[in-house]
Amino acid sequence: MTGLDAHLVVDRGEFRLDIALTVAPGEVVALLGPNGAGKSTALRALAGLTPLSDGHLQLDGEELDRTPPEHRPVGVVFQDYLLFPHLTALDNVAFGPRCQGASRAESRARAAEWLDRMGLADHAQAKPRRLSGGQAQRVALARALALNPRLLLLDEPLAALDARTRLEVRAALRRHLADFEAVAVLVTHDPLDAMVLADRLVVVEHGRVVQQGAPSHIARHPRTDYIAQLVGLNLYRGEADGHAVRVEGAAEVITTEDLRGPVFVAFPPSAVTLHRDRPTGSSARNLWRCEVAGLESHGDQIRADLTGELALAADLTTVAAAELELHPGATVWATVKAAETHAYPA
Amino acid sequence: MTRTGKTAARRRRLRAGAPVPLLVPALLGLAFLVVPLIALLVRAPWRSMPELLTSAEVWDALRLSLVCATAATAVSLVVGVPLAWLLARVEFPGRGLVRALVTLPLVLPPVVGGVALLMALGRNGIVGQWLDSWFGITLPFTTAGVVVAEAFVAMPFLVISVEGTLRAADPRFEEAAATLGASRFTAFRRVTLPLIAPGVAAGAVLAWARALGEFGATITFAGNFPGRTQTMPLAVYLALQSDPEAAIALSLVLLAVSVAVLAGLRDRWMTAS
Repeated sequence: MTGLDAHLVVDRGEFRLDIALTVAPGEVVALLGPNGAGKSTALRALAGLTPLSDGHLQLDGEELDRTPPEHRPVGVVFQDYLLFPHLTALDNVAFGPRCQGASRAESRARAAEWLDRMGLADHAQAKPRRLSGGQAQRVALARALALNPRLLLLDEPLAALDARTRLEVRAALRRHLADFEAVAVLVTHDPLDAMVLADRLVVVEHGRVVQQGAPSHIARHPRTDYIAQLVGLNLYRGEADGHAVRVEGAAEVITTEDLRGPVFVAFPPSAVTLHRDRPTGSSARNLWRCEVAGLESHGDQIRADLTGELALAADLTTVAAAELELHPGATVWATVKAAETHAYPA
Repeated sequence: MTRTGKTAARRRRLRAGAPVPLLVPALLGLAFLVVPLIALLVRAPWRSMPELLTSAEVWDALRLSLVCATAATAVSLVVGVPLAWLLARVEFPGRGLVRALVTLPLVLPPVVGGVALLMALGRNGIVGQWLDSWFGITLPFTTAGVVVAEAFVAMPFLVISVEGTLRAADPRFEEAAATLGASRFTAFRRVTLPLIAPGVAAGAVLAWARALGEFGATITFAGNFPGRTQTMPLAVYLALQSDPEAAIALSLVLLAVSVAVLAGLRDRWMTAS
């Protein structure tokens, strides 16, 4: 079997990572999850930096469980890159080929080629501290790729960059990953990075896989609060009886889907309309009485955190928030059109 | 000025001054450390200095001191840096005990070190007898013996300094090197060592200065033979009994070397933070 076939178990007493992961060659998989979920531990286990307590690790049919990191065909881009500060960009990239037994001249030639491909030919002789964040990231990527790895690991590849650089580097990284023919696994807590870069998301929480699938599918069908919040959705688990879904607690959500049994129902915060008084003549079929628990500004939007009949997040403009005189503790009526909700079997 | 402003100003003034019960002992302590050095300069026979310092014995002692201290530092580097790496990077049972043993020569009276070396490496010592009968090597009362005695006393300084630097260095660089295919030794040689070079250099200078001033272990293990084992400190001690002026002149040379060392390390140790 080609590609990666792994069952990673790392037991550290209070924390246990237990995830199965299969990735085909050419596929890019993102491990997405909150801090402390075990994503980085999984990556370290794949690289051989953290030993497996149990499970297995196969790459292109070869057992790697007991192979030390220096003998694994694995390239790693670390979160803060870990470029060797005493070596030039060129020698950083040449380090891997040199360790693999290539001559000094040959290693440097290969390194120069990779830097050229990354558009960094002019910075070959620069020491890492003279590189910008985006340049350092590309040197780190070149250093990992110069090994011709059969498994490429990226740990939060964009986390160390400022917002503007991030946009450019993300696009460039996407192109390089698309060209990469072997297995690529990246770890991130940023859903946007994951969705742009990966073909498939594996969501990890508390050391377990809670959901996996194509980014678009996960965005539309989140199965945990964490994912729902990430993709900006209100998510409830409930019992469907036709168009009505009885949500844990008391409230009912009316949907357009006709389902029975346990379901998830979701709608975006932007689908919520707030009113100071109980609306009359609204066409929206969902109406709940809520209380404002908190307000948070997102750019020119305000996100209201509501409790009451149904706990939900609502997005509204600053102007609308002022007109409604929203403040923590205020009572509001929230309406959502049935067409804006989306129910799917749990 | 407002009332609170005045109080703040007074508080600042108070903090700038120091209470007498602290100030007096502090100044006494300072004088205690500085006055002997000043006395050395005051009493120095500046006029006869050129002849005193150009005598063959002085040059022999100085040359021997420099050669032996440098050799002892080299020995310390070759075995001390790997030892520091072991203490900093490898977990093994009894690591605390090993660290304590490495540190022991720091606090051990050097004379005791010299006696211990005789028991180990002397002609009848537990290792020395084999060195003698198998290889015909005798260390006590030879120039090599001086190097051994100095290395014994100076190496802990290097090990402690390098270990501290290693602990402060990010071990993830070694992990990065491993993922690039470097064995642990290659990672150490090509990544760790260059990163900790400043710490190694500082430790080496410290060890060298300690070796240069070494007296007790040297005279006990290697004796006091001019041209062979008589280093500067030994020459100073001997001169003090026959020719005090020469002793002062020799002391000044050692003082000058010490000041030079301190100047070289000022960035590392003379800044408070």
